[in-house]
Amino acid sequence: MSAVTPEPRPKSLMLHLDGVDKSFKRGGQSIVVLEELSLKVPTGEFLALMGPSGSGKSTLLNLIGGLDRPSHGSVVVDGQSIDSLKSSELTRWRARNIGFVFQFYNLMPVLNALNNVALPLMLTNLSHAERRKRAEIALGIVGLGHRLKQYPRTLSGGEQQRVGIARALITDPKILLCDEPTGDLDRASARDVLDLLQVLNRDLGKTIVMVTHDPQAAECATRILHLDKGRLIRESGSGANP
Amino acid sequence: MLEQVLAILMFSLRTVPQRLGSVLTAVFGITGVVMVMVGVLSIGEGYKKTMKASGDPAVAMVLRSGADTEMMSGLSRQDTRIIKDHPAIKQVDGTPAAAAELFVIINLPKRGTGTDANVPLRGIQPQSYAVREKFEMLEGRFFEPGRNELIVGRGAVGQFEVELGKEIQVGANRWKIVGVFAEGGGVAESEMWTDAGVLQSAYRRGDTFQSMYIKLEDAARFTAFKSELIRDPRLRVKVMRQTDYYAEQSRTITTLVTALGAIIGTLMAAGAVFSAVNTMVTAVAARGREIATLRAIGFHRVPIVLSILVESTLLALAGGLIGGFIAYLLFDGFRTATMNFQSFSQVTFAFEVDAGLLAMGVFYSTVIGLIGGLLPAVQAVRSPVADALRSE
Ligand SMILES: Nc1ncnc2c1ncn2[C@@H]1O[C@H](COP(=O)(O)OP(=O)(O)OP(=O)(O)O)[C@@H](O)[C@H]1O
Ligand SMILES: [Mg+2]
Repeated sequence: MSAVTPEPRPKSLMLHLDGVDKSFKRGGQSIVVLEELSLKVPTGEFLALMGPSGSGKSTLLNLIGGLDRPSHGSVVVDGQSIDSLKSSELTRWRARNIGFVFQFYNLMPVLNALNNVALPLMLTNLSHAERRKRAEIALGIVGLGHRLKQYPRTLSGGEQQRVGIARALITDPKILLCDEPTGDLDRASARDVLDLLQVLNRDLGKTIVMVTHDPQAAECATRILHLDKGRLIRESGSGANP
Repeated sequence: MLEQVLAILMFSLRTVPQRLGSVLTAVFGITGVVMVMVGVLSIGEGYKKTMKASGDPAVAMVLRSGADTEMMSGLSRQDTRIIKDHPAIKQVDGTPAAAAELFVIINLPKRGTGTDANVPLRGIQPQSYAVREKFEMLEGRFFEPGRNELIVGRGAVGQFEVELGKEIQVGANRWKIVGVFAEGGGVAESEMWTDAGVLQSAYRRGDTFQSMYIKLEDAARFTAFKSELIRDPRLRVKVMRQTDYYAEQSRTITTLVTALGAIIGTLMAAGAVFSAVNTMVTAVAARGREIATLRAIGFHRVPIVLSILVESTLLALAGGLIGGFIAYLLFDGFRTATMNFQSFSQVTFAFEVDAGLLAMGVFYSTVIGLIGGLLPAVQAVRSPVADALRSE
């Protein structure tokens, strides 16, 4: 969470996918979900991924985040080729480099906001006090500094998603991967969440890849890519960050 | 690592109230297993304890060579005189602590059921009291030598229809019960005693006996005592330590009971494992997304697996402790009588739930818990994170 102004590094690549195929085996049959997909995402970009249901958006996001592996091709994140990592190394790598934001927030119902946000820090050597302090800061950033002790069920959907974003931020990852982060929210809450993501992108320099069905949400990104039947078919600019 | 295990464990334990039914089914399943197992094995334990209490390492038993039990044995008065003279025998009040005894079996109705049971009737000599140091008179008085009087062990009083002051008819003879005795919780407490001479004539045994009970000066002299008697050309006898004799007698029943416990325990444990697996599968499935999220965030497989194993073990342990406790309340000290297959007579004893049995029950429940948690634990981390996140 370096609150410094982002240095302009437009040429450095945060993400580089090259010739990525992904197929799943189902009932003896192989289903091709992603085909010969190549993608470059510069550091500091806010990329929106759109496309019909089943086009492979989540699958692509999972490959980038190291939750799944491509059948062919390579995935390089911030210069690190994650294909070569062993399963346990990949897990550790995720903990350090990736922040996930889920459509249904995926908060732990038995933990209050503060502890939900601090959860990823359990994988670090930070002291309890330090974890707490960082979680408070993260919740402050998402505008929930006054809701520390509340449990997920007592928060609105928009607030829960902001807790989810604070949790994704807490380890200061290089990249935020958001799968339909506003998919379950009303207009106003969605707006709050999108504004927040824009701030994180612009002011904290986070690279963001966001899957969305909502054209208005996509407008917040700096670039919009359309995926169809496992291929990137179209690229459209966005008015948000020229 | 430990912190992670505890944290994940807590996520799960906090949801126990929501899945109370399935949790209780598993816990009580294991309660049942441990209760029955401990209960059954406490029979063997109690029987063994009674048999052990019956033995004194300084007491030797002499039977006719070739006889395995007192029932099958026979000694002449001449034999008993020779044996009595042995220098290893302890002297009490100037006479050797060696008693020649008779052992017969009579039929008496069992208390409660009224069914006939074989009860040992022992003919003893005054020296018998000197040999059996744990003997004490609880009620009434000693029988008078030469009269048809009996004293009965307190175990027999509890199990058979005999009590102080009552007369019992055996064959052509009537016997009056004049006293109740204890003998340190041993087998003798299941017996009735009378004067050896009276018994000899009642059963037309002439001047023969069946066994000799001998208190040695020192338990260490047993080996020498034994080999000297065996080598004596005038005698054809078999010499045993009393402790060994009773250990041998308890073997059949303890083996039987232990086997029974093992069979029942195994069958029930299979059921309990099944129910534990079921509970944990439910628990893990209910938290599928949580677990997937933890893995996405960067939690490793090991703490997740461990937390599931710890949870199922804790549940099983709770079940085991409750089962052990109930078994203790129900069975410990429960008195009963059973057939002693070697002497074909009844032995009364109390079920014994001791620390060893309870520890075994707890250990057993832990194993059930571990096995029950293993499958769900492996399942929880085997699927790729992406799939686990996808499935709602
Ligand atoms: N583990 C799997 N096994 C088999 N098929 C899978 C698996 N994961 C994804 N798929 C299939 O891959 C295709 C793409 O799925 P994906 O979730 O990436 O789509 P999506 O673009 O995110 O759709 P949505 O907009 O509905 O979220 C779908 O047809 C899906 O059924
Ligand atoms: Mg999707």
